[in-house]
Amino acid sequence: MAVITMREALNQALKEELSRDKNVFLMGEEVAAYQGAYKVTKGLLEEFGDKRVIDTPITELGFAGLGVGAAMAGLRPVVEFMTFNFSILATDQIINSAAKMLYMSGGQFNIPIVFRGPNGSAFQVSSQHSQALESWFAYFPGLKIVMPSTPADAKGLLKSAIRDDDPVIFLEQERMYGNKGEVSDDPEFLIPLGVADVKREGKDATIVARSLMVPYALKAAEELEKQGVSVEVIDPRTIRPLDIETIIKSVKKTNRVVVAEESHPFCGVGAEITAQISVQAFDYLDAPVKRLSGEDVPMPYAKNLENLAIPDVKRIIDAVREIAYLD
Amino acid sequence: MPTQVVMPKLSPTMEEGQLARWLKKEGDKVSIGEPIAEIDTDKATMEMQALASGVLRKIIVHEGESVPLGQMIAIIGEPDEDISGMLDKAGAAKPAAPSTNDSGNGAAAQTTTATSAPPAEAAENRAAAKSEYPVSQDLTTAHPPADSRGDESDGRRIIVSPLAARMAADAGINLRTMQGSGPGGRIVKRDIESAVADAKSQHVAAPTTSQVTRPTAPVQLPEIAEASPFRDEPTTEMRRTIARRLVTSIGPVPHFFLTTEIEMDKAAEFRSSLAQIDPNLKVSFNDIVIKVVANSLIKHPAVNASFQDRSIRYYERADIGVAVAVEDGLITPIIRSADKKSIVEIGAEIKEKAERARTRKLRPEEYLGATFSVSNLGMFGIDEFTAIINPPEAAILAVGAIKPIPVVRNNEIVVRQMMHVTMSCDHRVVDGATGAKFLQTVKRTLENPLLLLV
Repeated sequence: MAVITMREALNQALKEELSRDKNVFLMGEEVAAYQGAYKVTKGLLEEFGDKRVIDTPITELGFAGLGVGAAMAGLRPVVEFMTFNFSILATDQIINSAAKMLYMSGGQFNIPIVFRGPNGSAFQVSSQHSQALESWFAYFPGLKIVMPSTPADAKGLLKSAIRDDDPVIFLEQERMYGNKGEVSDDPEFLIPLGVADVKREGKDATIVARSLMVPYALKAAEELEKQGVSVEVIDPRTIRPLDIETIIKSVKKTNRVVVAEESHPFCGVGAEITAQISVQAFDYLDAPVKRLSGEDVPMPYAKNLENLAIPDVKRIIDAVREIAYLD
Repeated sequence: MPTQVVMPKLSPTMEEGQLARWLKKEGDKVSIGEPIAEIDTDKATMEMQALASGVLRKIIVHEGESVPLGQMIAIIGEPDEDISGMLDKAGAAKPAAPSTNDSGNGAAAQTTTATSAPPAEAAENRAAAKSEYPVSQDLTTAHPPADSRGDESDGRRIIVSPLAARMAADAGINLRTMQGSGPGGRIVKRDIESAVADAKSQHVAAPTTSQVTRPTAPVQLPEIAEASPFRDEPTTEMRRTIARRLVTSIGPVPHFFLTTEIEMDKAAEFRSSLAQIDPNLKVSFNDIVIKVVANSLIKHPAVNASFQDRSIRYYERADIGVAVAVEDGLITPIIRSADKKSIVEIGAEIKEKAERARTRKLRPEEYLGATFSVSNLGMFGIDEFTAIINPPEAAILAVGAIKPIPVVRNNEIVVRQMMHVTMSCDHRVVDGATGAKFLQTVKRTLENPLLLLV
């Protein structure tokens, strides 16, 4: 065990999987010679060579399609989008090819591909470069969606994603690459997809948070503990398949839920989680499920407005106090 | 198009009304706002005004009959308008409606002939109509259908979280008896938990009683016209703890009692002097007590208050509820701002309101929303007694009879006119010393009525 950054944890996962399986290769803009726009692929070109770590032109739709073809042919591509904002250009290959191929080929072609890169807001990169796109991909059957919130989860989940036989959308968060945490150096350290993690146990309210919202939720829970409120924090880690059982179990215990996310509210993942809670735990709810989402506006460039556009620790605390009937 | 007249909601707790008297008869012209009937509610007899102009075409509910809120009781329309369809609905909603002196159209409704289908189908139509709320479009806003729904006593929708509803069902708690502490009065988990804990701590024989109430919940009064202005001050944690702990030992309102003996000789002199000066200035002892209590309340605002769970409400006026016995019950007409009124004014107002209370003619704002109550059983020869606080008030003063009693004054036994009063206090708001100081002022003023002048 060593304390490393999420960037390093992801790098370790890639390195270990490249070493373990010669069918694994990396592809994307600036992943090789520049060692990654966010240095996630640092040192990998040097170690594995340019057949395994490949710089592509700025052609998202093209290299996504290349990846799907390679996966059909038996390789296990890891395709990096410099940010997931650019994956919008590649959605036809992701949604119409990767997600559909197993079904439309009658089970003949698995697509063991990982599309990874930073998702969500960075700092002051404005509307087109600050989008949390998980609900887009989660919408379609055929894709698995992973959103780690700690270095350990990032490593264990990325390794599982690379070994998974289905297309996986692996959503990192630019603001979190520098976050540190203890990470196992066991090359078989795997975290299964589809299993939520109880990041903190509590009894008065549950916060369901993913990605960037997890550290915020934990900080809020710490603060609320001082105010006498015991908060449970659940990180689904995988959006598809969603471990709703863990969430429901927590709701049955605490009777109150805040669903926090940085993405937009309308048709969002939070909306789906909220709906499932209201169906499966209706009789256990003591308050309406409270959703805290990013504002329903394009991300502003101005720093002050950007701060207001996504939930923060204070807003999470306020939301918990509201549903716990403390104000 | 004809307009239905429905049983209106005339008091906050009314579920049904009895038609006391029709002030108009069929065929009479009526106009909007004109009183057309008197309705007996659970509290008083109230006038009901027409919400449409025209002719009172048909009386459906007759004097002495009781019907739930929202039910059609009459039809107002143009003199020659066809009201048979509406009558048909009325027949469905009130199957037992007698049909006296019908004019042609009414008869049609009874037999459902005219253009309508065979009897069997017509019966089905009636059954269908029964399930509908029988109010025309334009009236629905005046009388929201919610008032007539079976699951809502007193017209208040029960707001409860799904969890609390299930917990209440499991514990056998009647949600209707509860006040919720959540937003908008929502009954939530903690309300049920405290009700259950309360029921347990009371060791009642029947744990599944339907009368479990959340003890610390604020008593929420309906909006009352003419209610005293107030300020809400947040309760401290200590105050909430006192409230919680006391409640678990004695019930929703933790009473304690303070009794004192008051020498009424000077008050008696004061009273007889007034009567000698002018017979019009004749006042009763009770009038004097109310005046003194009101003045004392202004000096002791801590007693002129009400416990609201997270705050304590301090009233600016001394609005005194005066308990008046009525046939099979009790009602407390209110003397608003009694501290600002003269004793003679208070006396006249009590007399007038008590009289109307006995004939059940008080309006809700005349008996709801006092800040303190006085109950006097002296005229029944009761020496002293304790009274039960009328929530959300913080206290009530029980006044006994005035009797000549031998007492010791300056080491000698002398006879004095003595009166016992007992104040019941809500310990969540009023502590012993607070109540005692207030009572001291009351005693001092009654023993020296001249203090009323200074």
